[in-house]
Amino acid sequence: MVMAGQRRPMGPGQAGFWRSRQGLLVLPPLIFYLLVYIYPLSRLWAWSFFDQHFTLEFYRELFDEPAYFKALTNTLEISFLAAALSLMLGYPMAYLMATTSPRARNVLMAFVLIPFWTSILVRTFAWIVILGKNGLVNHLLGRLGLIDEPAKLLFNMTSVQIGMVHVLLPFMVFPLYGVMSRIDPSLVRVARSLGASPRRAFLRVFLPLSLPGIGAGCVITFLLAVGFYVTPALLGGQGEITLVMLIDMMVNTLLNWGLAATLGIVLLVVVGIIFAVFSSLLGVERVTGK
Amino acid sequence: MSGANAGKWLVLERVTKRYSNFLAVDGIDLELRNGEFLTILGPSGSGKTTTLMMVAGFTPPTSGSILMNGRSIAGLAPERRNIGVVFQNYALFPHMSVAENVAFPLKMRSETRSITSERVARALDMVQLGGLGGRLPRQLSGGQQQRVALARALVFGPDLLLMDEPLGALDKNLREQMQFELKRLHVNLGITVLYVTHDQEEALTMADRVALMNRGRIEQIGPAETLYERPANRFVAEFVGESNILSGVLEPTHEAGRAWFVPARGPRFLVSLDRSETPPGEDCLLVVRPEKLSLGPAADAGDEGLRGRVTQLVYVGDFTRYRVELDGGLVLTLKRPNSTRSFRPAEGEAVRLFLDPDDVCILRDRKGERT
Ligand SMILES: Nc1ncnc2c1ncn2[C@@H]1O[C@H](COP(=O)(O)OP(=O)(O)O)[C@@H](O)[C@H]1O
Ligand SMILES: [Mg+2]
Repeated sequence: MVMAGQRRPMGPGQAGFWRSRQGLLVLPPLIFYLLVYIYPLSRLWAWSFFDQHFTLEFYRELFDEPAYFKALTNTLEISFLAAALSLMLGYPMAYLMATTSPRARNVLMAFVLIPFWTSILVRTFAWIVILGKNGLVNHLLGRLGLIDEPAKLLFNMTSVQIGMVHVLLPFMVFPLYGVMSRIDPSLVRVARSLGASPRRAFLRVFLPLSLPGIGAGCVITFLLAVGFYVTPALLGGQGEITLVMLIDMMVNTLLNWGLAATLGIVLLVVVGIIFAVFSSLLGVERVTGK
Repeated sequence: MSGANAGKWLVLERVTKRYSNFLAVDGIDLELRNGEFLTILGPSGSGKTTTLMMVAGFTPPTSGSILMNGRSIAGLAPERRNIGVVFQNYALFPHMSVAENVAFPLKMRSETRSITSERVARALDMVQLGGLGGRLPRQLSGGQQQRVALARALVFGPDLLLMDEPLGALDKNLREQMQFELKRLHVNLGITVLYVTHDQEEALTMADRVALMNRGRIEQIGPAETLYERPANRFVAEFVGESNILSGVLEPTHEAGRAWFVPARGPRFLVSLDRSETPPGEDCLLVVRPEKLSLGPAADAGDEGLRGRVTQLVYVGDFTRYRVELDGGLVLTLKRPNSTRSFRPAEGEAVRLFLDPDDVCILRDRKGERT
């Protein structure tokens, strides 16, 4: 993961020298962050409280209007589900990659990476073609005689999840694979020799040791899902309006920048709380430290 | 126990492991008696680990059979073999405390909590780690981790203990101490042990018997002394201890049980045919250990011994290593103790070299064959 393996060996006499140099390395990203993240965020924060004068009007409006709250719960629901589905699909994939031969691993790795070569927009439109009324899936199901009339696969939660999980899967697989590949295979073997069935060896040894990967993968996919715009906008229906889509509407259509800023701040706070709870449950120290 | 294999706790019959086109283990036969400590010694890549993994059940043999206590264990899952395994890298569960690690096999056997905690405590005491049960493996030193792995492999009363280079990662002093302790444990518990190492010293000091492996085959199997004193072939002579290996021919003498060894270069000398498998007249190899040769001053009266000159001398503390070039160009290595009374020639000094005819081993010269 990101935190691991950044320590450099340094000569005892040169500790200060190296420390100052390393400090300099942090400077460019720090400036970048200040400019493009911290500054706009603080402006956003200010906007949410000002409409000519200081006001709590935007926050009141937010809590008064059920549609906004619905968009928030929609966002969280979609993101949770997408992270959970990514985990269910990604865990076996990563497990296979971590335990198979190097050659098979490369093939699997390619399968995970190839979708990256295509833009999200193109992939999302592709799903519209595939899942549509006369799309590939309905065509096949019809030919097999499994359905009489086309199933409604598009513009609902199903299509949103298919599209999002497709995009998110690599972000689940890679942190999982990273952690799993560092699990010593002799640990599972020794568990077997000590009397554990394959299932128990997995549950008591491999699974607990892969928890840091599960934590990292879930956090990354969840956070990415919260910020998704294209996929839910194109593949979702009326019931799948997310906070990000709402913000886009505020800014581009209604020109209500104050409310847009307020929605953004609320989303940030909610996600921050969820992240804090999640990482304390899984133990970020165990996730990052070792 | 009964039947033909009574008393033979573990039997390997023509066990082979083939990886695509590569024979990792090439039809080996091995028998361990109940309570025996047998060491597989061999250079890295010779198939030792593969053999152990087949016994443990992690790698299915390509052919051959493995019997435990007279019954085939083919098709028996590793968790049903009741074999303790200790890996070189310890393989302790990093997310469990020392006590939880040792309790693991008991938990898998659904032992009650009181029995478990009692046996865990006893096992930790046995390896002198009592009181450290609450620590995590990474809070222990290498030697301590090795002891935990050992306690965990023994706590459930296995029928057989497999160890794959268990001391390889320890420093020399600790390794010697652990060798001693392992030996003590083996005697106390009476357990059958199959031990793997590439360190010949370790193999010689610890095992009841040593099987020397090379390229997937067992070159020789027997007590340490036999491997050292009577190597079966050139590979054994070279791998176990140091040797002078000379090629030459045997010529008959009138003395019974003796022959002249005529090296390619240099003087001939008498050797005993006790340990010879080569008839006179044939090409052969002569093996003699460096510590069995002795030196004397060249000026002494009489014409016993072989004349030569010290070409190199290395002081190694408890002994000195000499290289002596005999008249005719034959070079031999000697190891002599550094006692004050013994003859200690200087470099370049002319000497006489003495060789007891009974201290040599004559081997068939298998030129062109695999060694
Ligand atoms: N899974 C495997 N696939 C292919 N070759 C292997 C495999 N495992 C071991 N080998 C080969 O078998 C030989 C013996 O290996 P091993 O038993 O580990 O030797 P040792 O333990 O004596 O060092 C080595 O040459 C190794 O490369
Ligand atoms: Mg090995």
